[in-house]
Amino acid sequence: MSDSLPTTPDAVRQRAAAADNRRRRKARPASRQWRRRGLMTAYIVFVLLPIYWLLNMSFQSNTEILGGLTLWPESFTIEHYAKILSESSWYMGYVNSITYVLMNMLISIAVALPAAYAFSRYKFIGDKHLFFWLLTNLMAPPAVFLLPYFQLYYTVGLFDTHIAVALAHCLFNIPLAVWILEGFMSGVPKEIDETAFIDGYSFPTFFVKIFIPMISSGIGVTLFFLFMFSWVELLLASTLTSTGAQPIASVMTQTKGASGIDWGTLAAAGTLTILPGIVVVYFVRNHIAKGFALGRT
Amino acid sequence: MAEITLKSLAHTYLPDPRSPEDYAIREMNHVWHQGGAYALLGPSGCGKSTLLNIISGLLEPSSGEVLFDGEVVNALPPESRNIAQVFQFPVIYDTMTVYDNLAFPLRNVKTPEARVHERVMEVAEVLELTAQLKRKAKNLTADEKQKVSMGRGLVREDVSAILFDEPLTVIDPQLKWKLRRKLKEIHQRFEITMVYVTHDQLEASTFADKIAVMYEGQVVQFGTPRELFERPNHTFVGYFIGSPGMNFLDVMVRNGRVMAGDTELAVGQGVHDAVARARTTNIKLGIRPEFIEVHAEPVEGGMEARVDHAQDLGTYSIVYLTLGSMALKARIEEDQVTPTGKAWLRFPDERLGLYVDEYRVEIENE
Amino acid sequence: MNKVYNNRAWWLILPMLLLVAFSAVIPLMTVVNYSVQDVFDANTRFFTGTEWFKEMLNDPALQAAVLRQFAFSLTVLAIEVPLGIGIALIMPKKGWQASAVLILVTMPLLIPWNVVGSIWQIFTRGDIGLMGWSLRELGYGYNITASPVDAWATIILMDVWHWTPLIALLCYSGLRSIPDAYYQAARIDRASKWAVFRYIQLPKLTNVLVIGVLLRFMHSFMIYAEPFVLTGGGPGSSTTFLSQSLTTMAIGQQDLGPSAAFSLIYFLIILLVTWVFYTAIMNMQKDDNNKEA
Repeated sequence: MSDSLPTTPDAVRQRAAAADNRRRRKARPASRQWRRRGLMTAYIVFVLLPIYWLLNMSFQSNTEILGGLTLWPESFTIEHYAKILSESSWYMGYVNSITYVLMNMLISIAVALPAAYAFSRYKFIGDKHLFFWLLTNLMAPPAVFLLPYFQLYYTVGLFDTHIAVALAHCLFNIPLAVWILEGFMSGVPKEIDETAFIDGYSFPTFFVKIFIPMISSGIGVTLFFLFMFSWVELLLASTLTSTGAQPIASVMTQTKGASGIDWGTLAAAGTLTILPGIVVVYFVRNHIAKGFALGRT
Repeated sequence: MAEITLKSLAHTYLPDPRSPEDYAIREMNHVWHQGGAYALLGPSGCGKSTLLNIISGLLEPSSGEVLFDGEVVNALPPESRNIAQVFQFPVIYDTMTVYDNLAFPLRNVKTPEARVHERVMEVAEVLELTAQLKRKAKNLTADEKQKVSMGRGLVREDVSAILFDEPLTVIDPQLKWKLRRKLKEIHQRFEITMVYVTHDQLEASTFADKIAVMYEGQVVQFGTPRELFERPNHTFVGYFIGSPGMNFLDVMVRNGRVMAGDTELAVGQGVHDAVARARTTNIKLGIRPEFIEVHAEPVEGGMEARVDHAQDLGTYSIVYLTLGSMALKARIEEDQVTPTGKAWLRFPDERLGLYVDEYRVEIENE
Repeated sequence: MNKVYNNRAWWLILPMLLLVAFSAVIPLMTVVNYSVQDVFDANTRFFTGTEWFKEMLNDPALQAAVLRQFAFSLTVLAIEVPLGIGIALIMPKKGWQASAVLILVTMPLLIPWNVVGSIWQIFTRGDIGLMGWSLRELGYGYNITASPVDAWATIILMDVWHWTPLIALLCYSGLRSIPDAYYQAARIDRASKWAVFRYIQLPKLTNVLVIGVLLRFMHSFMIYAEPFVLTGGGPGSSTTFLSQSLTTMAIGQQDLGPSAAFSLIYFLIILLVTWVFYTAIMNMQKDDNNKEA
């Protein structure tokens, strides 16, 4: 044996002790803790700063905004919010957006649940190709579909309705929902299904009473993503609507008046679009924190 | 190599413990000697895993000290304690091969590669993993994975002790005995202190020289499997060890007679005196089902009991009896006559245990 | 999981299939139809074959847009993926801080895309925006309407701000699904922080990262609203990405044939990249399984 290899138990212990000291010097848990918090805080500041600026401007009058840079509203005003909440062309934008988002979530989850179950439990002709085809829809740039969508929905008489946008958003939301749900369902042992069938449950009862509660976390996470992608999409939503079902995001593009952009109202409207998202994250935060490893493993 | 001493050790998960029930580990003193094979036996929730994590350093005890060879190690993190621990579910590094998994603890302390190879090959051979060394650990079966977890503990030259936290939970029954024998073999070969946590008395008694039985955060008895069986220190040990568990009868002395409920028990003077001396109402007489004499015919000093039913278990049967108002179980070997309807019982004095406030009290037999 | 072969599963798929097909197949057919015709009005059209495709593929403006698009997507991926993993690693795991940080970090994801553009438009203006104003005060002549470099840097910063949370969120969730025993075993094996990351955390993150990277690639490749609001594609065409070129062509100029051909090329590029990525990952995993099986 070479010299570098300790042979006696004592020597082995000493070497281990030396390694420990090295490690402990390197570790310094307290300072690491602070560095961690420092970095986290820095990132949060980066996230919040633009949002703060939006908030700041939403409480300033347009004269103050254009008069010069102020770090906080010096003459605090809620006139922009009052305007949005009192003019129906503004607040109906929110109502429209929320309406089609909810419709889309409902439709997507309703058809995605059985489909994801089929993918996670059964083999059938064309299953793999079908799955990849679904994913390709996720990749279709909405810009590609603008014109055909407009024509399609115009022809079937759905133009400028909530359901038109809800259906259009199904293009990318259903595949996404199937993808996420399939991952969660594959995590549920198949024996559960078999036991339930032996116990005499019919498929629909089993699915609703036993299976869905078991993947409630997954459904929560899926709904979060459905909300997210439907709420933030603008291109399809504004193309398929004119006045009756116009989403808030496209109402906002009309703040350019004769006297330039109405910055205060734009900021206030923007701030209000953030709120529903916060509510949604608040509800699913525990599902996310519980941890999930998406995808097929 | 180390002797592990627990000194006035206690642990609670609550920030503000009020009663003894708030403690996962109630104050205890205990010594694990160097080179022993020990089992920590108890039902789930009795604090055995907590105790194990305190020894390995994953948890810091709320009070008391953990000493390795007389040195207090409370503040040392697990990585500085030279302890290996095998968990209930196999922990393996998915992306590494079996070889790299086994080499991992050595490479972490910068052991020369030649030495790493030597150790890995040695341990792989003992664990019969040589053929799998090049495979990705992810694709092993559960028992192979668990062997890899154990191997990572064995491969280190500096381990003072290996702690096992119910390591055979996920292993198929037919492989369990094989792995258990392997562990025993390893213990004899490397002379490492091993502490094995389990809730299975069979596992504990086949693995360990001495078993510590834990109940509600305390070690209620520490002894050889035989001692636990023949002289349980605590009623819980009586219930928990043996199959079926010990019979316990609430007794008291009335008019100079030892009574269980309304039934007089035919027991010796020593037992009578011991019961009479106890200064509490919580007095129990315990007897193992194996030690109850069951006769199909009336015998001298026999107490008449009703036979409720008998369960034939092949080489022996369990008879369910009612004596007065008390239910008893007795074990009858296959060469004995299994009584029906009525039976006459005798409790040999030397086989009786007296439990006052749940703890065993010695009976002086004249 | 070993699945049962059962074609009745198609009944469970059917409703989904009909809906997606309605949203995907019919419009796609329309696009294909346009791409091979020259449409003058509702009644006059000529079959042009692959004419439009040739024209589009040879259009230098579009070639430039494709290159810009790749440069943009790769840049944001290179920044967002490591940053997102880093954020996920330092996010608190317990207590009210965990919830608070989770909500704050997720916020940018739930803002409509054009509002994101507006937020950054306001934030970066030299006169009334905190960032634009600060940079100018510090002596840097920041101007996104004149300097392509500033415009690019700002759009990338905006995208990092907007989308890093998605990677962070997915990774955070992936990390939370690792049982404690793994960390405990690593401590007992005396693994360094790096070894814990490399051999425990990263392997568990593979799945969520595949999804994260795919989603990020697709979305960055389709980016439209944010740069449109922020820079309008300028200065010049330095921040004009594919979606915007396409929309301008289709809606603005009413060039149905070319824009349809362009749409299909665009779609195929995304499909191809994603397919290569997807198959590469799947093969990597299959390799792992086959080698020993």
